[in-house]
This record gives sequence, C-alpha cells and structure tokens, in this order.
Amino acid sequence: MLHEPAASTGKDPAGPYKRRLGIWMFLFYALFYAGFVAINLLNPLAMGMIVFAGLNLATVYGIGLIFVAFIQSLVYDAMCRKKEAELEENPEQISKKTTKTKKGKA
Amino acid sequence: MAIVVFIVFVVFVIGLSLYLGSKAKSSSSYYAAGGQIHWGVNGIAFAGDYLSAASFLGICGLIATVGYDGFLYSIGYLAGWIVALFVVAEPLKRLGKYTFTDAVDANYNSRGIKLAAAVSTLIVSVCYLIPQMVGAGVLVEPLLGIPHAWGVVMVGIIVITIVATAGMASTTYVQFLKGALLIVFSTVLVWVVLGRGFSTQPDQGGKVPFYHYTQVQATTVDGNIQAEELEILEQVEVKGGQLFVRVNYQGQENWWYAVETDGTLKLKESQSVVAKPKGKWINGAPESETNKLRQVGNLEQIRGEKLVETGSLSIIEFLASITDKDTIVRTWKNVSFTDAAGDKVTVYYPNDVRGDRIMRPGLKFKVEGTLLERLDFLSLMLALFLGTAALPHILIRYYTVPSPASARKSTIVAIAAIGFFYILTLFMGLGAMVNGTMNPADSNMAAPLLARSFGELLFAIISAIAFATVLGTVSGLIVAASGAVAHDLLDRYLQIKMDDRQKVTAGKISAFVIGGIAIILGILFKGMNVSFLVGLAFAVAASANLPAIVMLLFWKKTTARGIASSIIVGIVASLGLIAFSPELYSLYGLNPLDAPVPFSNPGLVSIPLSFITLVVVSLLTQKREA
Repeated sequence: MLHEPAASTGKDPAGPYKRRLGIWMFLFYALFYAGFVAINLLNPLAMGMIVFAGLNLATVYGIGLIFVAFIQSLVYDAMCRKKEAELEENPEQISKKTTKTKKGKA
Repeated sequence: MAIVVFIVFVVFVIGLSLYLGSKAKSSSSYYAAGGQIHWGVNGIAFAGDYLSAASFLGICGLIATVGYDGFLYSIGYLAGWIVALFVVAEPLKRLGKYTFTDAVDANYNSRGIKLAAAVSTLIVSVCYLIPQMVGAGVLVEPLLGIPHAWGVVMVGIIVITIVATAGMASTTYVQFLKGALLIVFSTVLVWVVLGRGFSTQPDQGGKVPFYHYTQVQATTVDGNIQAEELEILEQVEVKGGQLFVRVNYQGQENWWYAVETDGTLKLKESQSVVAKPKGKWINGAPESETNKLRQVGNLEQIRGEKLVETGSLSIIEFLASITDKDTIVRTWKNVSFTDAAGDKVTVYYPNDVRGDRIMRPGLKFKVEGTLLERLDFLSLMLALFLGTAALPHILIRYYTVPSPASARKSTIVAIAAIGFFYILTLFMGLGAMVNGTMNPADSNMAAPLLARSFGELLFAIISAIAFATVLGTVSGLIVAASGAVAHDLLDRYLQIKMDDRQKVTAGKISAFVIGGIAIILGILFKGMNVSFLVGLAFAVAASANLPAIVMLLFWKKTTARGIASSIIVGIVASLGLIAFSPELYSLYGLNPLDAPVPFSNPGLVSIPLSFITLVVVSLLTQKREA
C-alpha cells in the first residue's frame, strides 16, 4: 500500500518548469553563500574592510545574504505563478511542447 | 508582573488547545491539521517552529558574547530555507501524507525505508528536543524562582497537554501566535535599544548605577606580583599562562586578573564565584539576595571618545559605531581553577576588544587558525545550509496546507519572517553586549535581561514569549516524533491494524512517552550549550535525511535500498563523528586532544558519505528492484 498525499493535489503542468527554475535559483544562491564562506576561510581580514557607510564587508554581505534570499523567493514565486496562470489559460501549450520534444528526440 | 503575564499566556494556550482538540478527531486532523491551514498562518507557524530557544536565547547570547560569530548562525539558519523553497517544498508536498517517512517511501513501499526514516526522525527530534528543554529550565529558573528540574517538568507537562489534546492543529496555532508575538516584540525591543543609543557608562535607564571596575599597576619581583594599592594573598597561573591573583582591596577579598599590556603589568578588578564547603561566595562574600554577580558589558570607548552618550541612533549609526576601529567593547570571559584551599574558583574577568574585531568573524570560529579549525567552520556552515530542509518537524508542516502552491507561499512568508527576525538578533545581541545587562555566568538570558533594562512589563512579555518559543518548538518536535512512532513504526512498519481513532490514540500515547523522555533528558543535560546541540541536530538531519530527499526527487536511478542505506550511514557517521569529537571528549571529562576525530562538526564528512552511499547502493541494486 502506497502513501497517498494528505490533500489531493492533481497534476501540475508547470512542475518541470518550476523544478528547473528552482535548481537554477538554488545554484545562484549557493554560489553567493559559498562566496561568503570562501572569503571567511581564504581572506578573513577582508571581512573587516569598510564597504558602506561605516559598515564592514562581514555585516553588508551577511545581511545581504538574508535580503537576497527574500528577494529571490519573491522572484521565484512570481515566475511560478506566471507560468501556472499561462498554462492554465492555454493548456495546448503543454501538449504542443510535449509533441515537439518527442519529435526532437526521435 | 512577569508571573502574571506568564500565567495568562499559558492558560490561553492550553484553552486554545482544548478548544481545537474538541474538533480534531481523525488522524488527518491530528498529524496534519486536516491539510487545511491557510498558507499565511502556516508561514508564520513555520517561523514559530523554527525560531526555537536556540535562535532567540542562544543566538542573541552568542552575539552578546562573541559578536559577529553568533550572527553566522543567523545567516546559516536562514540560508537553509533557500534549499527548502527551491528544492524541497512543492515536490515534498506532492509526495507525503503525514510524516517525513511517508515522503521518502512514497514511491517504494519499503520496510527498510520506513524503519530507517522513522529512526532518523526520532534521533533528530530528540537531539533537537534536549536543548529546548534545557532552555526551558534556564528560563523558568529566574522567571518563577523555581529549580531547573521543576521548570523542565512544568514545560513537559504543558507541552504534552498541548500535543495530546489536538496534535498538529493546536501546535500550528500556538506556533502562529508565538511566531507573530516574537517578531513584533523583538522589533519593539530593537526600537527601544536604538532609541537609548550608546553610553560608556550604561545604567539601565537609571535603574542600576554603572559599576566602575578598578585597575592598578603592578610589578613582578622574583616571579611574585606586587602592587602598592592592594595586598596580594595568592597567585595562580592557569592553562594558557594567564595569571590571577587573590587580593585584599579596601578590606574586601576577591580575585583579580593580571595582564601585561603595552609593557606594563596591570591588575584588573574581576568578579569571582568560590564554591566553599558551606556554600557559594560571590566577590568575597557569601551569596545572598543582595550579593550576586553584577551584570556586565559596556563600551569603554565610542569612536575614540571616553565618557560619552550618543543619544538615539539610526540602524546604520548603531552598527557603524560598534564597527569603528576606535570603539572598545568590554566583554567578559571566565576561567575555572582550584585555589590553595582546595575550593573551586570561577573568575569572570574583563576583556577589552576593538569594535572592528567584534564585527567580523574569528572570536569563536577560528577562521584564521589551522586548516582543521577552518574545515570545522566550513563543516558547520555546510550543515546549517543543508540541515533546515531535512528537519522532520519542519518537513511535516508542508502537509498542513491544502496545495503545493500553498506550500511554496508559506515558505516565502517563513523566509520573510525568519529573515527579518534574524536581522533583529544582531541588534538585540549587540544591545545586550554593551548595555550592562549581561549575566557573566549565563549568556542564554541576554535578550530577556536586555528587555528588563527597559522595564518589568517588557521583560515579562519577552520572557513569556521566550517561554512560548520553547513550548511551540517542543510541541512541533513531539508531534514529529510521535508520528514517527505511531504512524511510521506501529502502523506502517509493524503493520499493526488500527482504525482511525486508535491511530490518534497511539499518537497521543507516543506523545506522552516522548514528552516524558524529553523531561528526563532536559534535566540530565542541564548546563549543556544550547546552540552547540542544535548545530549537531542540523548536522545529523543534513547527513541522514537530505541526501535521501534530494536524490529521490532528482535522480531516477534511486532505489529503496539506496535510500535506506544512505539514511543509516548518515545517522551512524554523523553521530559517530560527534561522539568521538574533542567537544564531546571534554564533556566526558577526557582530554579533548586525545579525541580520535579532530573536529567538532561532522557535516563535511558525513553528508558527502551519505550521498555516495546512496549512489553506490542504488547502482548496485538497479536490477534487483527493477
């Protein structure tokens, strides 16, 4: 017996698009985060450099990581909603795309 | 005042639970709040779940003692939500029913996965429960004046009542309430901190006069320290070569710190606790209601100026003033040793640090240290980044909303609320550091004590919210753990036949048992570092659960045996590395240098190991499971 979801969710035609978008946005943020960790490890003194209005790189980059996470999440949601609405209004898009992909592969 | 606010809050929370409990009869209601919570409410409830005692008490306390290094936890904890949103949220919502195990087992129906995932949920939940219960004891002790153990028992009973009455529904609304109140009143606290500004002689708004610590010059003759203004009674050199002297100064005996600066030996007045056979002595006199450790923490110099008050500050001015290289922050360290009489002495001594040093990493995490110390830091940052999306009590919240789109939206609300709160932690922590409100013996109370300097009402509200923080997180953890026992192990793994009503009863009995275990562990682990334990829970979650979730979603060749193996390897590797780490060796009373594992954070080894296991085992079991 498989475990059915708590609430029925139906098919999600925008699923593949959202998955690709999520991976790219994740990679972008992961790079940004890795940059922060790398500076700390390779040149920790650079974190003390004043970069803006008396604030150092550590403060600006650290708070920046929090802000960028929020902004990216809004952009992701907006793009997902746009795609979901697009596919809901024009469901043929999905079948056309599927046919094209199959032909391409063949 | 604090007690009244506290009691009103607790009565309200229990009343809400009983009301919701009368509505929650099915297992869907108990484990997943019927899957009908609004995404906005769920988003704030996410914040309530996530902003635990470690975030509110632990991070503020860490920032107040080690500056920017404490803020690294805020950055790492928040960054983890990006993994949750972009990789996990919607697909997981589609896969699962009530628990993390449901999600990873959705396509396989494997007994191996059920057992491994349920055990992993239990272990991570217990690792996370211990610091919450310890935090509860720490908080209740000064608030209600009852012993630590009774505080833990009280929290345990309230939480079991909340969970057992209505499960996820009441837990969600308690989390929503607590998350919202925490953010609102933390904003109020930061607002008044900015309004007060900085002073080199902080006096808690005129309530507690600023105490001037004396400093005298000294000389060394034949290795013995001498000073004109005081009588030196005993001299002790501790590990690391630091010197402390017992002095008689103006008729009062106390321990002072001897340190050489700019070629001159100086004796700095400190604070001390001596454990004598007939009780504790504080600063040379028996401990009493009027003789306790003084609250500490101030700016010795602001942008090069002494004896100044800034008045109210903007957000930027606040941070820039501390970051200035000519600002000197007086922090306090402590050291323990045995004196000539054989009594255990703990000395709390002043340590002046330049502002620019406080505001960049390095005071706690040795980013300028050896390669191993740097790798340890990298390991922690990796575990914080990858751990969030693998915490069972966070994952089950995706099942309380009606659709994958709601799961996505509630994650975005959570990122906004949690991100905003984590920025506030920087101001609360730094505010506590320089406002003369720190308890030198316990940094966990930094935020509530900072609030008390603005009046009893704010202290009462902040303390009640801090208490609710513990209640909320413990409730969520107990729901997750009881789901692992009743739903995953009893129902799915052992296939014990139960109707819907019996499933709910099994969940409630599990909640009672796990709550009882949490109470015992909370008492046993008294005094253990809250943030450290939570960091370990993240490492175990990231090692055991994340590889399974990610590969299940993104690699078609993943097999049931691959998932079960990676979960087991993740648990064993992370717990094994922790058990033989220097930090745990210190806890066992052994020499940390003898620890076979040279670092304290296991993620850098255990997370890749778990991924590799999944890939190798999946490739080896392709045909068998096809």
